[in-house]
Amino acid sequence: MKLNKAVWALAISAIILSGCSEDEKDESLIDGTQNAASGINDASTRGLNGGSGMSGSEMYPNAGIGPEFSDPNNPLSKSTIYFMLDSSQVQDDFVPVIAAHAQYLVAHPDQRVVMEGHGDERGSREYNIALGEQRAKSIVSMMKVQGVSENQLSVVSYGEEKPASAGHDEASWELNRRVEIAYQGK
Amino acid sequence: MSFFRKILLIALVSCYMPSSYAEMTIEITEGVESALPISVVPFAMQGAAGVPVDISFVVNADLGRSGYFKTLDKQSMPSHPSTAEAVQFKDWQALGQNYLVIGQVAEDHGQYNVQFQLFDVYKGQPLMGYRMTSSAGELRRTAHHISDLIFEKLTGKKGVFSGRIAYITSSGLGRKSNHKLQISDADGFNAQTIASSAEPLMSPAWSPDGKKIAYVSFEKKTAAIYIQTLATGERARVAEFPGINGAPSWSPDGTKLALTLSKDGSPDIYTLNLNTRTLTKLTSSFAIDTEPTWSPDGSSIVFTSDRGGKPQLYMMSSQGGQEKRLTFSGNYNARASFSPDGKSIAMVHGNGSDYRIAVMDLATKAVNVLTDGRSDESPSFAPNGSMILYASRKGNASYLSAVSIDGKMQQKLVFDSNEIREPAWSP
Repeated sequence: MKLNKAVWALAISAIILSGCSEDEKDESLIDGTQNAASGINDASTRGLNGGSGMSGSEMYPNAGIGPEFSDPNNPLSKSTIYFMLDSSQVQDDFVPVIAAHAQYLVAHPDQRVVMEGHGDERGSREYNIALGEQRAKSIVSMMKVQGVSENQLSVVSYGEEKPASAGHDEASWELNRRVEIAYQGK
Repeated sequence: MSFFRKILLIALVSCYMPSSYAEMTIEITEGVESALPISVVPFAMQGAAGVPVDISFVVNADLGRSGYFKTLDKQSMPSHPSTAEAVQFKDWQALGQNYLVIGQVAEDHGQYNVQFQLFDVYKGQPLMGYRMTSSAGELRRTAHHISDLIFEKLTGKKGVFSGRIAYITSSGLGRKSNHKLQISDADGFNAQTIASSAEPLMSPAWSPDGKKIAYVSFEKKTAAIYIQTLATGERARVAEFPGINGAPSWSPDGTKLALTLSKDGSPDIYTLNLNTRTLTKLTSSFAIDTEPTWSPDGSSIVFTSDRGGKPQLYMMSSQGGQEKRLTFSGNYNARASFSPDGKSIAMVHGNGSDYRIAVMDLATKAVNVLTDGRSDESPSFAPNGSMILYASRKGNASYLSAVSIDGKMQQKLVFDSNEIREPAWSP
């Protein structure tokens, strides 16, 4: 799981460095609609002299749902599923993670999750929206097969519009081709 | 590189939004050797209040940036005449100048009287002369209008200097991210933010009358398509179905929007009648169908589909029906945009790891790759069909570029360090 180490390293550096990053004015069109479950789940910093800086995501974005979501030995602590280039095929490594989430959702039928589909920056933007949706839907269909109710699952695709890593190389693209399993509410 | 000339202009963008001070650079990276030598003499200024915009400077920059003209810097000029009587044509002939522009600006109770004349230096004859009045706020537009008149007179093509461009900028990641839909003059000045959100904004599309912009916003954490009226800032949400609401494209008569929805499963192309709000489904493949764009006569729609395995362009009637594959070279052809004459389409053309802007002649099906970037995207034709504006990237820097349809002329607009993308040239 080389990839996960990279994510960890980035996440830890981001947490350390996020104290130095600048506060920007939030100019959202609508206020107060932050996704409660995901909380403060991203951080980014910019290096000096135009360096590309570092970026990463919070380690346990669903920690507010229950203690099992922040136990590194529990597959529920993993909430990001990564994909190969141009593919919405779930890789074997992630099958147990998806199964664990499915099991949890079956046991908690009131819990809702959003599958947030993402892609890397290559190719056209609207096509990448469609690719991100395919990825999210492939996880939805796996979960349905495992007994999760359709009412618990929704999908949104952000395509390449919300990268997890701001870089423009293969290492960043790997981190950006993903589906984030976002639990709703606390 | 002797074939090409290189010009660098640096200018500060004036902004209405105090948070978006931006430095913009326009660089002509490749120009044509046949560029016409022209001298734009600094206009004479009259009136106590001064003139807030240097009109001749703007005209000089416009013409130089177009790549069709080679301008003369004012230090090299033998004199600065502002009336026809004062022009010594032999001096300008000696400098190899083909054309000469002179003018005057006079302030009169807050209004500005602007006049200019264009001369053929070798014949020693006036080719064109205009007098116009302008308010202080309109002086820059007046300057672009003068550039349009000169450009059309000398090249036979409509000028595009008084047009506008819409584009998306973004900064920050995650919770700190900020996305803006902005509109600026064609030279990057007067950038104004018309929508701003912590969630992504995408796919701006001008209405054919240039008064409205359709775009995608994720501000409610799901995709929705909005139409915003530029004069008032008012907007209407026109599509908010479950799943994808994307890729809005106006019909040439402005009554319909083609769009992508995935409410029935896979993404399909629909048209939405904006008067009756009726939705018509045009495609129903199990594959991805997206990025519809109308032919200028309104009869056809070209779109991207991966029904053959990889994304390629397909064409169908704008009423739906038989879908015909258009592109066969390259393993990735997407995001089509029709030329204003309807004879060719620009697209994102991918071959392995690089994505470039290509143009296909619809009659011959010949594909010409115009750019050499690694991730060039979102082609948009200038309203006169002479240039294609697109988004490009080198390393961490993103910028807008324009390329002539023969690929010989290229220019670059760089806006500070924000991510900038999805340029759309106003009609």
